[in-house]
Amino acid sequence: MTALTVRLRTYRPQRRYLPVLAALALLVGAYGFGAVRYPAFGSGQVVLDIFIDHAFLLVVAVGATFVILTGGIDLSVGSVAALSTMASADLLQHKGWPAYAVIPVVLALGALLGFLMGLVIHYFEIQPFIVTLAGMFLARGLCYTISTESISIDNPTYTAMAQTPITLGAGLHVSPSVVIALVVVAIAWYVLHFTRFGRTVYAVGGGERSALLMGLKVARTKVSVYTISGLCSALGGVLMAFYTLSADPLGAVGMELDAIAAVVIGGTILTGGSGYVLGTVLGVLVLGIIQTLITFDGTLSSWWTRIVIGVLLFVFIALQRLIARRAR
Amino acid sequence: MNDTAEILRMTGIRKRFPGVTALDGVDFRLFPGEVHALMGENGAGKSTLIKVLTGVEGVDAGSIELAGAAVAFAGPDQAQLAGVSTVYQEVNLCPNLSVAENILLGREPRRFGRIQWSRMRKRAEELLARLDLRIDVSAELGTLSIAVQQMVAIARALDVEARVLVLDEPTSSLDAREVEQLMAVLRALRADGMAILFVSHFIDQVFAIADRMTVLRNGKLVGEYRTSEITQVELVTKMIGKELAALDEVSERSAATGPELVATDGLARAGGIEPFSLTIRRGEVVGLAGLLGSGRTELARLLFGADHADHGTVDIDGRRVQLRSPRVAMNQGVAFCSENRKTEGLIAELTIRENIALAVQAGRGWLRPLSRRRQLELAAQYIEALDIRPADPEAVVGTLSGGNQQKVLLARWLATQPRLLILDEPTRGIDVGAKAEIQRLVATLSADGMAVLFVSAELEEVLRLSHHVAVLRDRKVVAQLANEGLTPEDIMATIADGGRS
Ligand SMILES: Nc1ncnc2c1ncn2[C@@H]1O[C@H](COP(=O)(O)OP(=O)(O)OP(=O)(O)O)[C@@H](O)[C@H]1O
Ligand SMILES: [Mg+2]
Repeated sequence: MTALTVRLRTYRPQRRYLPVLAALALLVGAYGFGAVRYPAFGSGQVVLDIFIDHAFLLVVAVGATFVILTGGIDLSVGSVAALSTMASADLLQHKGWPAYAVIPVVLALGALLGFLMGLVIHYFEIQPFIVTLAGMFLARGLCYTISTESISIDNPTYTAMAQTPITLGAGLHVSPSVVIALVVVAIAWYVLHFTRFGRTVYAVGGGERSALLMGLKVARTKVSVYTISGLCSALGGVLMAFYTLSADPLGAVGMELDAIAAVVIGGTILTGGSGYVLGTVLGVLVLGIIQTLITFDGTLSSWWTRIVIGVLLFVFIALQRLIARRAR
Repeated sequence: MNDTAEILRMTGIRKRFPGVTALDGVDFRLFPGEVHALMGENGAGKSTLIKVLTGVEGVDAGSIELAGAAVAFAGPDQAQLAGVSTVYQEVNLCPNLSVAENILLGREPRRFGRIQWSRMRKRAEELLARLDLRIDVSAELGTLSIAVQQMVAIARALDVEARVLVLDEPTSSLDAREVEQLMAVLRALRADGMAILFVSHFIDQVFAIADRMTVLRNGKLVGEYRTSEITQVELVTKMIGKELAALDEVSERSAATGPELVATDGLARAGGIEPFSLTIRRGEVVGLAGLLGSGRTELARLLFGADHADHGTVDIDGRRVQLRSPRVAMNQGVAFCSENRKTEGLIAELTIRENIALAVQAGRGWLRPLSRRRQLELAAQYIEALDIRPADPEAVVGTLSGGNQQKVLLARWLATQPRLLILDEPTRGIDVGAKAEIQRLVATLSADGMAVLFVSAELEEVLRLSHHVAVLRDRKVVAQLANEGLTPEDIMATIADGGRS
């Protein structure tokens, strides 16, 4: 008698979604806490402001997500973003180029830097940490060759992008940069989940040698993710220029660490192969909401943001280890 | 067959690695519509020949012709494009991706560049159905057993529009039923004119399927033979270069077993294995028999604390123990030689000496380091006992052939001198000569009072060594039989009727 064994299971979320769900829970919790303590927090605009203030970080973090999914790391993102802001300002203000020519040029510059780093990482088999560290110094150095002073931008297109709000009704509004950032997220999500390239990114993160033996295009994929990261950094730099309407050779220092923190808190595992770009969005929002909470409190110094982020990173990395261990 | 032109011809292939000549002037040819076995001891150079063919490794000398045209592939992707589809020796798939992706990634169904997930899953299910495997293709590959992963790797290779199919030990983790299914598929492919290169240490399988065989020894070509013109004994003699001491004299199982060492009562883990009660005495070998997915590995993992039991108890030496972690189990004198040598076993970057010393060191605690001299002694002892090649304690494990890696893993756990040794597929990928050595070793150890839990897909092997056999089916222990003249047929019958008779 072969009894039909139907196993009823209570719903349990798939293990690989847990880190993302944890980030979501944290976000909702932090928002709820804020809404209870500070009535103004409850308005939707607070959330939208987080998007407005962090649109460039979001774009940069999306690029970093690609790299980290392959098991790599990109430390150059902050410097490349700063370089792209500086180059934009220089071309607009000093060389008198029009905005529609400047933006493609700086994006191409960022992509090119990423591409070169990718080539070195793959073909010379050098640790991405070292190569992108060098790239970070290089890009920062290039910022200073453009100018040692900060440059302010008064190009009409840039000011329009900075100052034209997009109203959503009910008194809510976002900036054009937010729309751009969300489009980038949507594209990244599509690429990662619905294209061969995207799945190869995960495969490389799961095991580079296996991916190679499976006949996948490992070299192309690895070089591409650094190119994408460079491109996203440059776009992040452009959004930063929209946001501040100035360029500072010392701008975006430490942004690589914020980007990596956002990616990790969003549930992407540093050794690669597991994570979601939507998690990265949550990660950026978590960073933003902590900053906002501390600002609302008013008595705490802004350094508390760093401390809280540090603690969160520990907690999330520990959580990921735990989940990975359970899996086996 | 000689009237058809060969599809693949390799001539004068030479490949040197630092310190070893893996291939030394090897010629090899393959015809369409044949299954050709590549035979040789562990480290003979079989996998290297395959890697050279598919461009994973470069050649130092020699030429390769595919369908008459000279080729030199830069990597597996190019080989695939040219119609050479390969399953490499270790399962080389991505554990973080789904089964479907592992089968189809690189040629997944797409429309305007968008992956069509539902078609992809359907296609993957069809391919697995050809191998008679029905699993959830959305499952993450890493959560499945090695045997299933091996089937998935085969399914991946079968999907390609290939002219040449290369299988490097595809059956090492499979049991009879899956092997039979694979053989049927290979026969069908052969009838369609596919050229198949097959590597296996199972002589019976080779004689059942191969039309022709090429034998390598120490990187040199011994010869090419038609299966119909050679006997098993002759083949083995050609492989090892001398006559093999008869396999069956392996062991007079020690009759006397000592007092109870391990006793479980209703031990279970939801989704892993149903409650079972098992006792293992000192000096006793208990075999686990069952089909793929019957819970063999799951049972073993519970006893090592690698998974946690939800129910039941374990007594070791009459004392209740909580096997919370492998560490606790190791302190109790339990050692576990995992079937999964790649992810749970060896550290590829370390040397043979370091890999062997690892478990002994862990047992002592890191504050009392093992002296280098003692490590070398241990390494030398097991290199000799298991005939590990190269016999150099400082060779890096990642560069060893598959079978030799398996021997190093085994040595690591033997070196801890455990009270209970759990062996999960210990002879996977090991050649006939070494397999007999290992079996003899297990018999000696048990005669000296060690308790052994022996898990293997090869029923003959289980029966040769075990005093008792626990038969598993559908994650449940259905029978425990004393091994008095048991035959593989008895076991199969027990599995089939669920142990009711
Ligand atoms: N990357 C490498 N570096 C150094 N030596 C290597 C490397 N790969 C293989 N070898 C050596 O080449 C020889 C042949 O190895 P190979 O893997 O081809 O053996 P095999 O016939 O496949 O054996 P098995 O049956 O154990 O799989 C071995 O001596 C091995 O140690
Ligand atoms: Mg091999």
